[in-house]
Amino acid sequence: MGAEVVVEGLTKSFGKQTIWRDVTMTLPAGEVSALLGPSGTGKSVFLKSMIGLLKPERGRCLINGVDIVTCSERQLYETRKLFGVLFQDGALFGSMNLFDNVAFPLREHTRKSESEIKRIVLEKLDITGLAGAEKKLPGEISGGMRKRAGLARALVLDPEIILVDEPDSGLDPVRTTYISQVFLDVNAQIDATFLIVTHNINLARTVPDNIGMLYRKELVMFGPREVLLTSEEPAVKQFLRGSMDGPIGMSEEKDSATAAAEQALFEAGHHAGGVEDISGVPEQMQATPGMPERQGVRRRKDRVMSILHTLPPAAQRHIIDSLSPAEQHHYNVRQVWR
Amino acid sequence: MTAQQQREHYRKPSPPVAALSQAGRLFSLAWEVLRTLVTRRLQFREFVEQFWFIASVSILPSALVAIPFGAVIALQLGSLTVQIGAQSFTGAASVLALIQQASPIVTALVIAGAGGSAICADLGARTIREEIDAMEVLGVSPVHRLVAPRVLAAMLVAILLNGVVSVVGVMGGYFFNVVMQGGTPGAYLASFSALAQLPDLWISEIKALIFGFIAGVVAAYRGLNPGKGPKGVGDAVNQSVVITFLLLFFVNFLLTALYLQLVPAKGT
Repeated sequence: MGAEVVVEGLTKSFGKQTIWRDVTMTLPAGEVSALLGPSGTGKSVFLKSMIGLLKPERGRCLINGVDIVTCSERQLYETRKLFGVLFQDGALFGSMNLFDNVAFPLREHTRKSESEIKRIVLEKLDITGLAGAEKKLPGEISGGMRKRAGLARALVLDPEIILVDEPDSGLDPVRTTYISQVFLDVNAQIDATFLIVTHNINLARTVPDNIGMLYRKELVMFGPREVLLTSEEPAVKQFLRGSMDGPIGMSEEKDSATAAAEQALFEAGHHAGGVEDISGVPEQMQATPGMPERQGVRRRKDRVMSILHTLPPAAQRHIIDSLSPAEQHHYNVRQVWR
Repeated sequence: MTAQQQREHYRKPSPPVAALSQAGRLFSLAWEVLRTLVTRRLQFREFVEQFWFIASVSILPSALVAIPFGAVIALQLGSLTVQIGAQSFTGAASVLALIQQASPIVTALVIAGAGGSAICADLGARTIREEIDAMEVLGVSPVHRLVAPRVLAAMLVAILLNGVVSVVGVMGGYFFNVVMQGGTPGAYLASFSALAQLPDLWISEIKALIFGFIAGVVAAYRGLNPGKGPKGVGDAVNQSVVITFLLLFFVNFLLTALYLQLVPAKGT
């Protein structure tokens, strides 16, 4: 099972500028979580802080009892072996071909024979749809392929935690969905904890079990997907719709004058962009049939039902709706709001 | 401390404090490299590749610099010694100047200019492409994996190249003294051992070793801490060469002063 990541009161600033403060959340073990947020809210910085590439000023980030923020360098390097990280551009080593890139962690950290390494590498390249491209150099392939190769490299040590930085950047919507499917299948196979940082709404609505959103230097919410997808919070609604109409502006937050001016335009008939209908909780993507059952889904169900009473009513309604009659009986809940 | 942590520790303090913190981080990297070289297994393949690379880009330029350098020293000393009536010591003085001063400096300048700039550009490009981050995240120390082999390669190339430069320089000096200034071939060669002694050779190699280390560490430090974007890498390369040159001449001054104090001159 993947490792649980507990983040407590994490605060990060560059000089005087605070990036985000007091971020507290728990990535449940083996579940897929997504972190949303407008551009420039420090999502990537958050990811880098979780693996100790950046040092937050305050707070803790606990993985298997090790605090990444304060631990020794030796512990840091040890703990990092639990992580697989997919960087935005794949961050492949430019001087090595794809095979050597994917084999790199195995050669560094294991004593596997070269034939075994070859078997594992080819298997991971196959999962990510790169079979036959192993002799290519990173400079010779497309951005999407680099990303998939980066994923293959991140998977090769069977990590317990997989961090993904903007899987959709540079990919078309179809490929984004394909790569999301790979995430879910991997999650089903090795039960790793996922954190996907993205601003892709399609992905956010259909892939993760839990969603959080960074906005105004804070984590405005983090919880089961139903909570954010049914949220009435203006910024969240605007973000999900992708509309100009709302508190999020071109750069940071809108001031009241800009908001009023824009409002006047929209009322005069100017299209605010985005789509109107984002209400409701779309069905979640599943692991491909034939894959093992996602253990995270079952654990999440138990976990969510145990905190059900703390969730907003709209989210509660959706969660109960999504249960089968047998499960409703099991958890002793009924669809009272219908 | 990881490279990225070092990078963002920097937050625009006043210039003297900034300079001190840069120096401190340079030293901490130097220390980490030394520790890694002693305590951890060398990345042999990377070392050989880098050694070969640095040697291949430095041999020809340093030999080409060594010939005129030896010639200049020989010519200068040749005319000086004639003035004070000590022609027979031309060889002795020029070989001393060449081995103790000119050769290690020429070697280090070429290694910094040809090898160090390439190391810095390479590491800088890897840093901005997040390859270094990726390596750290994969649990592999970039200092162990990339920096230490490069620094060791620069040191070893410096030692060996120093020998080449000395020989070529002395030959250049001989040629110009004997052929151009009509010096006596026998006297030039015979006087070698009049002033020079074995420790001169040692200090020459020790200097080359230290200069090679400085060139490697400074190049790696600037490479791991470039500014933003491709321009940042360009600036870093530029700075690494300039910083190395400044450090070289200063350290050379210190080593020379120490050597002259510690090792008595021949015949005293």
